[in-house]
Amino acid sequence: MIRPHFRVVVVDLTSRKTHAENIPGRAEWLGGSGLAALLFEKYGNAGAPWTDPAQPLIFAIGPLTGYFPLMSKTVCSFLSPYHGQYTESHAGGRSALALRFADMDALVVVGKAARPSVLSVGSQHMEILDAPFLWGKDVFVTGKMLRHMLPGSGTRSIMRIGPAGETGCAYACINVDTYRHFGRMGSGAVMGAKNLKAIAILGDASFPLPEGKDYATAFKEIHSQLTETTMMSKYHDLGTAGNVAALNELKSLPWRNLQATTDPGIDGISGERFATDMLLRNAACAGCPVGCIHIGFLREKFMADHRYLYRQVAYDYEPIFSLGSMLGFTDGFAVLGLMDAVEREGLDCMSSGVALAWATEALQKGDVTQEETLTPLTFGEPEGYKAAIRHLGSGANEFYRRLAQGTMKAASRYHGEDYACVLGQEMAGYATGETFFVSESLSFRHSHLDSSAYSADQKPQDKDADKVVAGFVKDEASRCVLTSMVGCLFARGVYSAERLQQALTSLGYADVAANLDAAGTDIQRLRWRLRMRSGYAPMQATIPKRYTEVVTWKGPIDTQYMETLRQTYARKLMELGQEV
Amino acid sequence: MKTLIAARMERCIGCQSCSLACARLVHKRLSWYTAGIRIGSSGGISTGFEARVCLACDPPPCAAACPTGSLTPRKSDGGIKQDKKLCIRCGKCVAACPVGAIVQDELDNPYLCIHCGRCVPYCPHDCLELAEKGTANVVQEVAE
Ligand code: SF4
Ligand code: SF4
Ligand code: SF4
Repeated sequence: MIRPHFRVVVVDLTSRKTHAENIPGRAEWLGGSGLAALLFEKYGNAGAPWTDPAQPLIFAIGPLTGYFPLMSKTVCSFLSPYHGQYTESHAGGRSALALRFADMDALVVVGKAARPSVLSVGSQHMEILDAPFLWGKDVFVTGKMLRHMLPGSGTRSIMRIGPAGETGCAYACINVDTYRHFGRMGSGAVMGAKNLKAIAILGDASFPLPEGKDYATAFKEIHSQLTETTMMSKYHDLGTAGNVAALNELKSLPWRNLQATTDPGIDGISGERFATDMLLRNAACAGCPVGCIHIGFLREKFMADHRYLYRQVAYDYEPIFSLGSMLGFTDGFAVLGLMDAVEREGLDCMSSGVALAWATEALQKGDVTQEETLTPLTFGEPEGYKAAIRHLGSGANEFYRRLAQGTMKAASRYHGEDYACVLGQEMAGYATGETFFVSESLSFRHSHLDSSAYSADQKPQDKDADKVVAGFVKDEASRCVLTSMVGCLFARGVYSAERLQQALTSLGYADVAANLDAAGTDIQRLRWRLRMRSGYAPMQATIPKRYTEVVTWKGPIDTQYMETLRQTYARKLMELGQEV
Repeated sequence: MKTLIAARMERCIGCQSCSLACARLVHKRLSWYTAGIRIGSSGGISTGFEARVCLACDPPPCAAACPTGSLTPRKSDGGIKQDKKLCIRCGKCVAACPVGAIVQDELDNPYLCIHCGRCVPYCPHDCLELAEKGTANVVQEVAE
């Protein structure tokens, strides 16, 4: 609903009570990233550990959610089990529209349930169901059972965790409506620690639209720009997977734990190959006509006499990199098989793939033994990895429990830090060069979507560290605005500042529209303050040796420049995170 | 008369652009529910999507059940005309519809398709068609 304040619903799992609060600050904090940070400051405690039951798990939408196409994302914020610090993760599916129609600008979950539970909330509804029978169930089985247990098919969002979230894996994800995820930084373990197996959001309210023509005009213009231009076609056609071959060509696709950046076997896992041989259909987040979700088809023989089962697996650039090239696969079907296994456990695909790539090299080098890995791990061999993924999810032994806390944590125990592909967290799939390595190592979410560093690396650059860092900071502030609306970052080419202002004004948020620039900077600074308060020390963030050995299209890495850039960015972040 | 037909739902990606368009353009609401067409997964989204939408029964049982004349049969080809002013929000139409194509909002106002076709251009996969009955379903599933 259009309103000057935020309507925030707080659920306390300990007392099994809920209350709604009206919180001012729309023009200053917008929604999404800004609202999530504001709410963390109010309900969280940056000085206490993430495991403290009082710590909040926050889901926030923005002023444009549901009113305009591709305003289809939810921001989830929490203290990360990965590093104990404040972080954000973003996802779509039906989550954002479900929150809109549940009439909440944000849902804040605090406390800890006495038993494994499912939280079900709507515009006129709050219920905590005991669900010990779901504990230990994988993501798919859990989803199937919940669909029968809960009301509102088509107008609800179901967010659930798998075994990895229950066992406290630091990169356990929250699965949203089967094909989307709050993937990175361990939000799944936060739910697990709260004994919360799933959250169902029922979007059962509807709202009047603003009077007058402005809204209709703004909608029409934005919709046609999004659908009639070629701007979105790359996400529509091959999807993000279209980048796989391009990055391989640029010597920027990590292969076999980043021992190489290009490989002639690329054709087996390219976006074109997936589209031709494996693509079954597309799907979309609610409110998005682009439909970038690509679902592949996997047929598995499980018995002699041609007995088959089939699976549907969503693929994207990142899982193809992390569970494909990074693990040495040149057969797309094998990669789909691993994606399915990771999905089932409720693990983040990027961190899992990169962690297992490290474990494979560690085994090759003799830094760990098969006694630890419990299964042979060889680049390009799927069966060992499938077993290892199950071990990661269940925390099968001390080795997997360490690895589940983060590759660098395991690497420091087994003396494998030099070849751990960790840039703040397990890397995203861009071995593009100095700019990206520094950006991902230090940036707020340690995400490839924090800045455009990976595309900057793909063009010739002058090595002016101050200029590059100024670019990071500016880019982050403008992304803070979009992730406060909350728009899909794929639409950032269409949602310029002017477009956002037009959209906001048409809904009666003229004051918000007038304050976008200042709000972006304020949100950026608040997020950094929260991060610093919870213990971030950017000067200490290092870039592992493996990254100094990488060769891209530009040739070897300029280690001196990379170090200068790292220090320049770290100093800038200290400044951004200063208390006011 | 032309009828909205969800002719090619095998292509549906579940974006709900159609429901949002109907709510926005016909009913002046922001909603994915109070709309003439509603999209649900046919048993979890891994099995695809189905549309809940008026089939244009001829004669329409919802109009027969309506005690006020708010719903009346269209001139030809089934389906109804709706006069919202006459509606007393009794919900008899909802119970009469064999395919669950009518929903009521929190104030019990009924929402159903009036076969205007305004949702059609918003579907990115061309799942929907406004056509004379009997013509839409023959369209072949071929790539352009
Ligand atoms: S609303 Fe239902 S009963 Fe009425 S004409 Fe349509 S399908 Fe038939
Ligand atoms: S044809 Fe008109 S009334 Fe029917 S669903 Fe589409 S927009 Fe709504
Ligand atoms: S607009 Fe088309 S693709 Fe989207 S939900 Fe409706 S019928 Fe499906």
